[in-house]
Parts: sequence; C-alpha cells; structure tokens
Amino acid sequence: MVNPTKSYRNTFILLALSLFIIIMVNISLGSVSIPIKQIFLSFFDGHVEKEAWKSIVLNYRLPKAITAIIVGSGLSISGLLMQTLFRNPLAGPFVLGISSGASLGVAILILGASFLGANITAYAFTNWGQAVAASIGAFLVLSAVMLAAIKVRNTMSILIIGLMFGSLTAAVISVLAYFSSANQLQQYLFWSFGSLGNLSWKEISALLVTFFIGISLVVFIIKPLNSLLLGENYAKSMGVNVKRTRNLTLISTSLLTGVITAFSGPIAFIGLAVPHLTKLLFSTSNHKILLPAVAISGAIIMLICDSIAQLPNSEYTLPINAITSLFGAPIIIWLLVRKRKINY
Amino acid sequence: MKTEDKHIIQTTNLSIGYASKTSVNTIASKLTIDLEKGNLVCLLGKNGIGKSTLLRTLTKVQPALKGEIYINNTNLKELNNLDLSKLLSLVLTERLPESNLSVFELVALGRQPYTNWVGKLSTKDLQFIYAAFEQTNTKHLMHSKYYELSDGQLQKVLIARALAQNTDLIILDEPTAHLDIHHTIETFSLLKNLAKKFNKTILVSTHEINLALQLADELWLMTPNNFVSGKTETLISNNSVKKLFESELISFNKTLKQFTINDSL
Repeated sequence: MVNPTKSYRNTFILLALSLFIIIMVNISLGSVSIPIKQIFLSFFDGHVEKEAWKSIVLNYRLPKAITAIIVGSGLSISGLLMQTLFRNPLAGPFVLGISSGASLGVAILILGASFLGANITAYAFTNWGQAVAASIGAFLVLSAVMLAAIKVRNTMSILIIGLMFGSLTAAVISVLAYFSSANQLQQYLFWSFGSLGNLSWKEISALLVTFFIGISLVVFIIKPLNSLLLGENYAKSMGVNVKRTRNLTLISTSLLTGVITAFSGPIAFIGLAVPHLTKLLFSTSNHKILLPAVAISGAIIMLICDSIAQLPNSEYTLPINAITSLFGAPIIIWLLVRKRKINY
Repeated sequence: MKTEDKHIIQTTNLSIGYASKTSVNTIASKLTIDLEKGNLVCLLGKNGIGKSTLLRTLTKVQPALKGEIYINNTNLKELNNLDLSKLLSLVLTERLPESNLSVFELVALGRQPYTNWVGKLSTKDLQFIYAAFEQTNTKHLMHSKYYELSDGQLQKVLIARALAQNTDLIILDEPTAHLDIHHTIETFSLLKNLAKKFNKTILVSTHEINLALQLADELWLMTPNNFVSGKTETLISNNSVKKLFESELISFNKTLKQFTINDSL
C-alpha cells in the first residue's frame, strides 16, 4: 500500500537553487556592479579587490537581501494563511485591511505625534516606534475583520468588510495628513513607498526573531489548516479545534504582517500573488508542502522585485511598493482570465 | 455482547431549536430516540420541519435546548471534538470550498483524528484509506482532483472519507440531493451495504421517501407536532408513514410501499 502523495523533492531543490542564484544576483547588482566572486570573498573574509565593495556587500546589500527574504516569505505565508482561513482566493494581508491597519498605526504615530505630545515625537521617528505602532494597528484591524467574519459567513461580504476597513483607515490617515506638517508628511510618505534597505543589523535581528516566532506558530496549525480545506463543519467533525486554529492563524499573521510592514512599509500584492503562483507550480493544497514552497517563492520574487527596484547601474531606487504592484496586479488578472477560476 | 453496548444513539426528553438571549424557538420537543448499531436509518419529513436541526444537535454543532444525548453510551456534553470524531463522521450537503485537493488527500483527511501533529499517515492509516476506497468502489478516482468528479462520484468519495474516519456511526445530510435516479439508488444501496456488511450505523436525512421505505431498517418521521421512530414495517402498518405526506395531492399505497399521485390530478 503506497502513499500516492508526491514528495516534490526535485521542485524544492530547483527552488532552493534559484533562491541561491537570485540572492547572489541581487547582491551583485546595484549602483555599482560587484562580481559574484568578490561577493564570496567578502563573506569569507578573503582579499577583496576593492575595500569599498566589501563594505557595500556586508553593510548594505547583504542586510537588504536578508530583509527582502524575510519580507517576501513572511507576507506570502500570511497570504496563504488568510486564503485558507477565509476560504477565499482573494484574501491577503492587503485585501483584508491588515496592511491598512499597520499603516494607520504608523500614521497615528508619525502624523499624530504633535497631538500626542513631545515624548512620543522623539519616539515616532525611530523604526522601533513604527514597528510597535504597525503591529498594534495590524492586530486591531485583523481582529475586527475576524469578529465580522464570525458574524458574517459569506466570504464575499468579508472581503468587502476588509475593503471598507481599508477605506476607513485611509480616511483617518487623510484627516491626520491634513493637520500635519510637511516634514511629518514626507516621513510618512516615504514609509508608505516601502523600502527594504536602511535597516541596521539590530533591526534585522528583531525582524528575524518575530519571523521565526510567527513561523513556529504556523507549524502547529499545518494539520488543522488542511482539514479547513473542507470547510469549518467538516474540520470540526474531524476533531479540529477551529477556534484555537483561527486564533493561532490570527496571531501569527498579524505578527508577521505587522512587523514586516513596520520595518519595510506596506508592500502590496506579494501576499496575494505568491501563494497563487506557488499553487500553480505545485498543484496542491497540502499545507505541509505549500508553506515551505510559498516561503521560498516569496523570497525569490521579493528579491527579483528588489533587483529591479534598485535600477542596476543607476543612482536611483524606485519605491519597492510600486514594483510589486506592477508585477503582482497583472499576474492576478492573468490568473483570473486564464483559469477563469482560481483555487486556494 | 452486553445489551447496552448495542445502543449507538440514545436521547432522553430532548428538545431542539434555537435559543437567543430574548427568545427560545423550539423546533421539536420530547424526542426519545433509541438507535441500535448496524442499522440504516432514514430521517424523513417535509422541508423546514427541523431535520437538519436534529442532525446538527446530535452532532454537537448546536446545543440541545433540553434533555440529554448519549452517543455510544457517553453523554455528548462530556465528549470533545476529538473524542466525537472517533465516534461519528459526517457527510454534509454544503459545497466544498475550492481547493487543489486530490481525491486521495480528501479521503486521507478522514484519518486526521488518528494521525500525529503534522498529519503523517502510518501504514495503518493507509490500510483504512485503501479499505474505504474498496468499500465505495472509488479506487480508480484516487489520483483525480476532487473538482474533476461528477456529483455522483464526489458523493461516493465523501462517503469514503467518512469511512476512513473509522466511526461506528455515519451521519449524512441529504446525500442524494443533487443526484439523478441512477446515482441516488447507487448511493442508497452502498449505504445499505455498509450497514449490513460492516455493521455501521448510518443515519440519513433524505427526501427519497420511496427508496427509504424499501431500504431503511428504521425510520425517523418528523411532523410538526410529533416525532416517531421505529422499524420501517411497523411504521407502515400503523399508518405513521401515511400521515407524513398524505394530502389531496398524494396518497400512500401500502402494498406498493409508495406514495402515489392522486388520480384527480
């Protein structure tokens, strides 16, 4: 008696290889191109041709690549979790207003700082303050959407409720922006463009720690997530504690999305598009396979977007949020038109 | 075997319905059920009479308003989801959400109550899954995606999933609602077979009265003010079945064991 479930080992090897190559390409490209060999030498403390290259690789490009990997993986995993939990292929951190929640948190902190007093003002312009504010905002909005989701069973309505929360937060942000100084406004605008660079090693460690806490929570819900593929009633009848599963999903998603959005700004479409691309590639709904697959694919796609954003051999860096949208929106449209129906 | 071991569902003075803070809407009360193992039971009644509410209450999806329910001699209140999942499995009418699940994966989900924390299938789990495929004659569908199946095939696969769960009791909510007459009869004869050969207790809510009258060992009849349960023959001879649907449009023919349309039409 054989278990006919495919192992996908070869696909995983291929993905891991692509990830490695793209990390190298990503680090190599930029305002100055650095040969791959020199990158290795910088890693392993060898003799690098130009001292500046070593410093660029270790202090700027490597941290940025690591950030891209965490952001891509984390957002993609959040998207996958949302899609399964809400049983809706269009769910994702952006659509359900979670990113808007994080934005609201940051907006209140940066733009509302003058109302909140001098103590907050000092705190508002640090990445740490933004991280805390974004996480709280993400968690609150996600909880509100979840509460609505318990009352309203219709998944279409839940999506609309998510969009409404997005509009609400956008409105509040506009009001705050109206009363803000140009300086505050610029600060908020730059944050909302999204950026993977400029993070210190300390901040990256914080990002890494939260990422691993979020991921380790997810490991415990792989099995119940699979049974949720048949709907809540079947899941319950197979012994699943649906409430606990829902809460764990909620916590890990708001942790991942909240902290990522805090440090890198709201990054659109990765959470929505990557799970679909991965499901297309793997043709499975089994979370034991999908979760690692989505994590690696998310990292790869984020690194590609970042490589494009930094416009090789030029001084300019495009807002990463624009690149992910330019890449993500057509993919979703293409998926919908091609298959007419997308699975989740 | 001790006599009390034969009981799979028992209720005492059960009331079902919906309670909110302000009002109680009782759908049926004083239900006394005593069901023995190895029977095919059909739950019959008009639309909106509360068949689904009864099934939802018996499967702990919603609480009873009053009274006690015992599944396999244990009070339902003392059973958590996991305990219950080893006693009863479900086949629901609701459409499955879209996904990429293969038929094998779908049936394998039935083993969830028994697998480890990541859901790894042991040899024993695989044995139950393959047995379920054999019993429902669906082994050839194993590698398909479930959304590629016809309604008739899907219904059999969903029954296979319930069988893989290895419970004494299987409850099905209108399993033939979307099926043609061929697949309806096929599904019912499969259920009858499972009850007879594998000593499963199978409770089906259905509108296929004429089939139920021919195949069911027991009937549960729900009317607005009454709940009757008993052997099919008994309920036919004491006119309980006749009272269920008879109107100026249809009447019950005892010798054919069928409802027929009145000539006046």
